[in-house]
Amino acid sequence: MSAPLLSVSGLTKHFPLKGGLFGRSTGTVRAVDGITFDVAEGETLGIVGESGCGKSTTARLLVDLITPDSGSIRLGGKEIGPDLSVRDLRRQVQMVFQDSYASLNPRLTMEDAISFGPMVGGMVGHKAVALARDLLARVGLDPARFAGRYPHELSGGQRQRVNIARALAFSPKIVVLDEAVSALDKSVEAQVLNLLADLKAELGLTYIFISHDLNVVRYMSDRVMVMYLGQVAEIGPVEALYSAPAHPYSRALLAAMPSMDPDRRTMEAPLAGDPPNPINPPPGCRFHTRCRLADTVCSGTDPGLYVMPEAGHLAACHIHIPGSGHRDAKSRAGVTA
Amino acid sequence: MSVPLVELDNLTVRFHGERTVHAVNGVSFTLKAGETLGILGESGSGKSVTLKTLLRLLPENRTEIGGGVRVDGADILKLEGRALADHRGGTASMIFQDPMLALDPVYTIGEQIAEAVIRHEGVSSAEGMARALDMLTRVRIPSPERRLKAYPHEMSGGMRQRAMIALALACRPKLLLADEPTTALDATVQIQILLLLRDLQREFGMGMIFVTHDIGVAVEVSDRVAVMYAGEIVETGSVRDLIRDPRHPYTKGLLAANLHGAVKGARLHAIPGAPPALAEAPKACSFAPRCPVKVSGCDINRPPSVALGEARQVRCVLAAPAPGA
Repeated sequence: MSAPLLSVSGLTKHFPLKGGLFGRSTGTVRAVDGITFDVAEGETLGIVGESGCGKSTTARLLVDLITPDSGSIRLGGKEIGPDLSVRDLRRQVQMVFQDSYASLNPRLTMEDAISFGPMVGGMVGHKAVALARDLLARVGLDPARFAGRYPHELSGGQRQRVNIARALAFSPKIVVLDEAVSALDKSVEAQVLNLLADLKAELGLTYIFISHDLNVVRYMSDRVMVMYLGQVAEIGPVEALYSAPAHPYSRALLAAMPSMDPDRRTMEAPLAGDPPNPINPPPGCRFHTRCRLADTVCSGTDPGLYVMPEAGHLAACHIHIPGSGHRDAKSRAGVTA
Repeated sequence: MSVPLVELDNLTVRFHGERTVHAVNGVSFTLKAGETLGILGESGSGKSVTLKTLLRLLPENRTEIGGGVRVDGADILKLEGRALADHRGGTASMIFQDPMLALDPVYTIGEQIAEAVIRHEGVSSAEGMARALDMLTRVRIPSPERRLKAYPHEMSGGMRQRAMIALALACRPKLLLADEPTTALDATVQIQILLLLRDLQREFGMGMIFVTHDIGVAVEVSDRVAVMYAGEIVETGSVRDLIRDPRHPYTKGLLAANLHGAVKGARLHAIPGAPPALAEAPKACSFAPRCPVKVSGCDINRPPSVALGEARQVRCVLAAPAPGA
């Protein structure tokens, strides 16, 4: 396999909590805590997890909207910082956010909003405008009708198309979609997903697709990464992960999807309680406080990502690690290996 | 058959302001005691407005409500003063999407529940608190004695949602109105709340109207489902019939857009366009401009509501049995 387009290693971001006496630090939110993953050129990596698991922080770290505390990001073999400037990174990695309205300057027309970036980057005015009109047409908005409009004159679906067009203005290699379709109504969401699929095929894009909607992630992604409290719980090919999730948390997350069959409704909630707070994550495996299969080893030792038999499938669970000390470790590993 | 718990007869709601919005355009349905009706629709379809009419929560001075609304035998549109206050929280109660806005931040959970019980049932404050404790236990909040003295901001999202359900059910309403109560929650918490509502509804024998935009959620809680589009019910039927055999083109599109079992790489059958702005009352089929199977009459006349068997109605000309068949 060729070198990955994007390679993330040991990425960490902790936010200090202020609010004690005289603004002293009262704790740390361990939003992203040492995550490692690769993204190959042309693939779509889905990222799923509950609120507070660090999916959005990861997205922001990838385009350097926040600076990581430690760890490295390599794009096309070059490390951000030493080898590649943030400016160059952002030309190649663009982002689309959930809130289509907050993402657009209310005082700029759609044409201006899209041409603004390229012009700042040195493109001549009339060329940037021509590019903007071309991109509007490409995302399915007739430039003659939409180029002069302001954000409040567009529907949510149309605004999100403009945000996608703007992200494409630099001809990026990677587009990070952070809940980009979550705020749209279902019928409009399907239109935007079709558009994203078309653009990917035409332009050879690579997507990082963050969503809480597991159906959408399954449809869009080649591989999926499940995050829990700032760490990777499991990462693998989408069908392998959905049909046979290795991590108990992935299994619970999938089981929590509402049933679509009235005769087979969900009878028991797969997990009790709310996701714990990333401020003081539990020691050992972070999921052990909610896990039905937890053993003594789970509260003491962080399992780390373990390579599953199937290619490219990794899971952070003691059950799959032979000799980990978990009561089910050997038998289960023996079955799968 | 006895009188239904809820009877909506050709309900229309118009909002007057800078511009007029025809939010609800002739909605009729009935709900039996102990039954759950899911109302499924996208934003602006009129589902929440329909629900709020049942508690008369819409701003009086710029809302024009037409048609008939009866809950438990009472004409809701005629209620005034004390009778209206008795209805709200007594006969019918509502839970919302955001419990932080529905709960009062300066009173403890226990005080808020006790206040409702004291107001509606005239009991002492000690009895009110006892009921509050009982309710927190029923919604399965861990260590309820401690939570009784907690303020809303001290609880997590799922816990606040449970507290709001406890408050809504404290006076044993006959009807629970749920306005997207799980939309803001994580999937693992959402399913807990849905199962809780299902259990409590059975335990208390309440009727429930559950508004949602998520088909999966509607399937988990509903006996019957009504699909709304542009202020009208376009299709209604048992949840089983509706999921297995949708008849209205909009329902079909909505089910396809849910992506459940969608084939990877295949194009989604997206409904083109967007819902209408509802600046005027519909004269033709509201869905016609987006409909893939539109026929010539669809832009001219309002389609009839075609009854297909018991409790199954579809507002589409194509649903009518072929003449002479």
